[in-house]
Amino acid sequence: MIVAVASGKGGTGKTTVATSLALAAGREVRLLDCDVEEPNCHLFLETGPATVETVGLPVPVVDPELCNACGICGDVCQFNAIAVLPEGAMVFPTLCHGCGACTWLCPEGAIREETRPLGEVSTARVGSVELLTGRLTVGEALAPPVVREVRRRGDGAGLVIVDAPPGTSCPVMASLRGADVVLLVTEPTPFGLHDLTLAVEVVRRLGIPFGVVVNRAGCGDDRVQDYCRDEGIPILLEIPQDRRIAEAYARGRPLVEAFPEWRGPFAGLLEALARLARNGDQAPAGNVRVGGAP
Amino acid sequence: MKVAVTAERADWDAPVDPRFGRAMAFVIVDTESRTLEMIDNAAGRDAVQGAGIQAATAICRAGAKALLTGHCGPKAFSALAAGGVTVYTGVTGTVAEAVDRLERGELAAAAASDVAGHWA
Repeated sequence: MIVAVASGKGGTGKTTVATSLALAAGREVRLLDCDVEEPNCHLFLETGPATVETVGLPVPVVDPELCNACGICGDVCQFNAIAVLPEGAMVFPTLCHGCGACTWLCPEGAIREETRPLGEVSTARVGSVELLTGRLTVGEALAPPVVREVRRRGDGAGLVIVDAPPGTSCPVMASLRGADVVLLVTEPTPFGLHDLTLAVEVVRRLGIPFGVVVNRAGCGDDRVQDYCRDEGIPILLEIPQDRRIAEAYARGRPLVEAFPEWRGPFAGLLEALARLARNGDQAPAGNVRVGGAP
Repeated sequence: MKVAVTAERADWDAPVDPRFGRAMAFVIVDTESRTLEMIDNAAGRDAVQGAGIQAATAICRAGAKALLTGHCGPKAFSALAAGGVTVYTGVTGTVAEAVDRLERGELAAAAASDVAGHWA
């Protein structure tokens, strides 16, 4: 089962939930940190040594001897990464998304591909948790290829937990695609609600069953709960606004390790997610609380 | 010689568009015959990225040897340089005034782009 932990708004507690879910699973789990622009799961897990591998994108290199400036590569490029000038084709690698169409279609065989490094994937272990961390090189703009590489390496049999980036853009899509169930983490504030509604729109369009975790419950109002009830979205867990939880977080301690009484609710959350993944759209409507504050 | 000027329409009195990649259009001026030809820049204007590169390609294909515009980024500049187009940035006024200043030798060719690029 692939569980993706996502949110519209940043800073709602995706990593808190993802790491605690992994630690409370009580079995072998792969945790994929797909927030490649600022991965942080590793801050909460004291893993052993990591193996690091470079992730790249195949970009075209034009042989000026063979190029006759026919223009096919420039016409087919959807990202304006190739300027075909009278003297030949000129490639702008930072704009290339690596689709390979130019290489495939060049009638002169003048294009070959070279790997342009974009970031890295590191793999490390702590107990029953194998952590895969994607990291986009600072200054690079293309996060999805790094996310896809983390998923390609981490997806598979057994339990997989994906810590997605915030928002609703391409890196989020790459993180959610293929997930069996999505957990949307939000907070009961106007911003939390607004961005939750955007995330709900995305997950519904992707057709993946989903539920909500309300973090910092009690810090705002009831509008998130009202919205979920009206939309038939199950709230699977509420984590209260509690200074002690914030203090543990600030020290890099996972919630279920700082407060072992939360192991039960998180194990229950995992079971609820498994039921949602199995039943898909037949998920019960309304607020279904499998675990409240212990 | 053909000279490209960023502007809204093929009119000697049209103001120079300060943008290059996302200019409304390019006016190709034939300095011998004194005729104007317009190349629409819908592809560049609405491009998600690489507008300057698209625009540079269009200018080169039109056979222009000089470009008069407001600003030009690094990718467009290198494409234009590779295509043998001399770039003049900081150009203001109308199409007629810009071409007039070029012909009187009052414009200095840009040695490099004058604004930062996007997307790294």
